[in-house]
Amino acid sequence: MIQTVDLTQYFDYVFMAMLLSVGIAVVRLRSLFAAVMLTGVYSLLSAVWFVSLDAVDVAFTEAAVGAGISTVLLLGAMLLTSRECNPVPASRHWAALAVVVVAGALLFYALGDMPVYGDPNSPANAYVGMEYMTMTVDDIAIPNVVTAVLSSYRGFDTMGEVFVVFAAGLGVALLLGLGGAAGKRED
Amino acid sequence: MTMSPHVILRVVSKVLIPFIVVFGFYVHFHGEYSPGGGFQAGVILASAVILYALIFGVDAARRAVPPAVVRVGFALGAMLYAGVGFATLLLGGDFLDYDVLHPDLSHHTGQHMGIILIEIGVLVTVTCVMIAIFYAFAGRTPEISEEDW
Repeated sequence: MIQTVDLTQYFDYVFMAMLLSVGIAVVRLRSLFAAVMLTGVYSLLSAVWFVSLDAVDVAFTEAAVGAGISTVLLLGAMLLTSRECNPVPASRHWAALAVVVVAGALLFYALGDMPVYGDPNSPANAYVGMEYMTMTVDDIAIPNVVTAVLSSYRGFDTMGEVFVVFAAGLGVALLLGLGGAAGKRED
Repeated sequence: MTMSPHVILRVVSKVLIPFIVVFGFYVHFHGEYSPGGGFQAGVILASAVILYALIFGVDAARRAVPPAVVRVGFALGAMLYAGVGFATLLLGGDFLDYDVLHPDLSHHTGQHMGIILIEIGVLVTVTCVMIAIFYAFAGRTPEISEEDW
């Protein structure tokens, strides 16, 4: 009997190890510029990992938003902050470590209830997800089911997302201004 | 005018920016066949403007894409999205039920029209909000000094 081995899982382990090491490097680094750049690298690595998990749409968004725009905005924020700060007392390090260890332990505890990766009977694959896969051809007749779900079946959710983005832009524009009209009036 | 120290960056980005914009539109209009859609395309279009601002200065970018346009744009996109919803309501369907937009049900033309319209709304809002946030930050940021490059 030939046993098929899924080789892509080893890629996943490699990507997770790389994510972990980049994460540790971000925490350890003292140069803000390098830390900002490494968060971009972290996003790019997770995008590659999402591709390996067949979540190409998520990967695309992560690469564009996480590695692209967020890095630029963090660079802008970096230039506005001061370059020095007071050292954090050691007691707070221990408190932070305790929070991280407890949260991590809880996540590992919950891992037992997760379906196996790629399980066709998992809740995500079994019920409404499968319905969308079979019905899109008849209902909407476009090849990309993700687009069909996003913009038609769950169009109301996506409208909420657009309004979240709109609210974010509105908040920033109200608080900081866009720096255009104000300067013009003064001249 | 003295030679800019970033000649290579200027030349390369000038060549790249049109391709980034075309790629953004490709991702948008190919969203029904391949990964992508209004959100991703909007971020890509915004990144073209942001790259232009980083290399040629924020003032040049503000002349190319004025903040007034950006401010109107991000409201317009959200309004277009909600407007499609209200249009379907007025045509007698449910909110965002695109089937009522066009009588040709056998080819799902109404669905396709609705998806194209709301995706344009998403594209416009996301592009304009990303540019707006960048403008807001960049307006307060001093020019990147040489030692930070």
